[in-house]
Amino acid sequence: MARIWVFAEMNQGKLAPTSLELMTKARELGEVEAIALGAGAKTAAEILGRHGAKVVHFNEDAAFDDFIAEPAADALASLHDKGAPDLILFGFTTDSREVAGRLAARLGTGLISNAGDVVAKDGGFVAKVPYFGGARVASMKANSKPAIVLVRPKSFEPSETGASAEVKPLQVTVADASRRARITERVVEASEKVKLEEAKVVISGGRGLGGPQNFPLLEALAGALGGAVGASRAVVDAGWVPYSMQVGQTGKSVRPGVYIAVGISGAMQHTVGMKASKIIIAINKDAEAPIMKMADLGVVGDALKIVPALTAAVKAKKG
Amino acid sequence: MKIVVTVKQVPDPNSTLALESDNTISREKEAVLDPGDECGVEEGLQLKEAHGGEVVLVSMGPERAKDAIRKGLSMGADRGILITDPQLAGADALLTARVLAAAIKAESPDLVICGTESYDGSTGMVPPMLAELLGVPQLTVAKKVEIDGTTVRVHRQTADGYQVVEASTPVLITVTAGIAEPRYASLKGIMAARSKEIKQVGLGDLGVEKGEPVESIEGVADAETRKSGKVIQDDGTAIDQIMQVLVEARVV
Repeated sequence: MARIWVFAEMNQGKLAPTSLELMTKARELGEVEAIALGAGAKTAAEILGRHGAKVVHFNEDAAFDDFIAEPAADALASLHDKGAPDLILFGFTTDSREVAGRLAARLGTGLISNAGDVVAKDGGFVAKVPYFGGARVASMKANSKPAIVLVRPKSFEPSETGASAEVKPLQVTVADASRRARITERVVEASEKVKLEEAKVVISGGRGLGGPQNFPLLEALAGALGGAVGASRAVVDAGWVPYSMQVGQTGKSVRPGVYIAVGISGAMQHTVGMKASKIIIAINKDAEAPIMKMADLGVVGDALKIVPALTAAVKAKKG
Repeated sequence: MKIVVTVKQVPDPNSTLALESDNTISREKEAVLDPGDECGVEEGLQLKEAHGGEVVLVSMGPERAKDAIRKGLSMGADRGILITDPQLAGADALLTARVLAAAIKAESPDLVICGTESYDGSTGMVPPMLAELLGVPQLTVAKKVEIDGTTVRVHRQTADGYQVVEASTPVLITVTAGIAEPRYASLKGIMAARSKEIKQVGLGDLGVEKGEPVESIEGVADAETRKSGKVIQDDGTAIDQIMQVLVEARVV
């Protein structure tokens, strides 16, 4: 049976949601060992066990929380030296990709990122990766052992198996040489009313809105619908709205009941983060925009007129 | 302070991707300096202006990627290195990181600046691999960089704000597009760039062997597409039609 490792990303004492999503896939592919590092790792180990990990290696050294990437890469590399797994799964998140990148470079092994799925084939693994603007899906075969695959958040549903794991302390000493990129302060800026990832309705804005001054129109609609506001990478890069609002490949992945894309053309960078939404409504001046081809309802028109009228209609309906 | 900025030439993100019949990407499209890297060049120039030193651009790509380097030189960077070799066509992230590391090591920079991720691939895997191969710490997703002697401090963007992260030089940083508005190249800058050095090196010069590819494409299939729905002109009934969808989805 294939040996699968899951890097269970921890975020200030809690398991990152992607960690449990990965467990669902991992236990389909073989026998799963999870690795949890940092504060809360021991508690996390039990949760990982309920989600199908046979063994969880944990270490609660504060260095894993205080320094970027290097301590975690050290721990994984030292565990690897005691016996390489066939596959290591990571979430495609900022923190995990930095650990995975360092580990792959150190082991000289391949790495496939941005995967939407992983399947076992001919004794190895094949990952499904969006290709050429998302119009195609490439099957990428990992030619090295271990194979390292980074999976986009929300690709799988977490579910419990009711089993429990053998929880093992991971003996590793974090070298001083790896205590280099130190996090000295954590600043919280955004105070979202409704979390983007959990909202039942998401209204996202792109360049077609014309400028940051028009985002309040989306806020008003979101307020009326009880939803959250997102944005495309283009307007986040342009500084209109903070990164916390970015939906897409390198932002958040969402799958709400209704996704309303306003003035967004629909580049792959964006659509991979929202195409799993149940219903997509697009409002755009350009009838040829790619988003129109994936929308359940595409409205060609002026967003600055349509959005306020829609907000008024929703309010009227709700009384 | 010696600053290396990695730059990549990418298909113009403002044009729509086109596919050839054999599934390869159309090369007719204009290639540009990656907009994220443009911000990296700008940040490098601003740090040089504040702290002195030199800004060296390093790129891997076909010969025409010189245009991307030239663009950065016209903004004010001092010189460029283009790693080009027929064997590098289709290089994966690890091979890319290995050749960049070999070229950058020879420069012994205090600071290596990369974009967080490229506009075409957007996987962001090369910078952490490069940091590992260079043996330096990584300060990533920076929306602000401060230098205080040998200490480099960045504001690292997170989902709900930022972290302050610091390390001593030499260090690799990745910057977000929000970090600095890239300057326009002046006419003087464009003229000056013509005589700036772009050194061209191949795998042999770097002492890097290609090795077996660590991953390979087995096949390409059409992506699962959502069924196309209805596209309507806003002829006055649009609001009613959107409302109907919202009612059916039970969100109003």
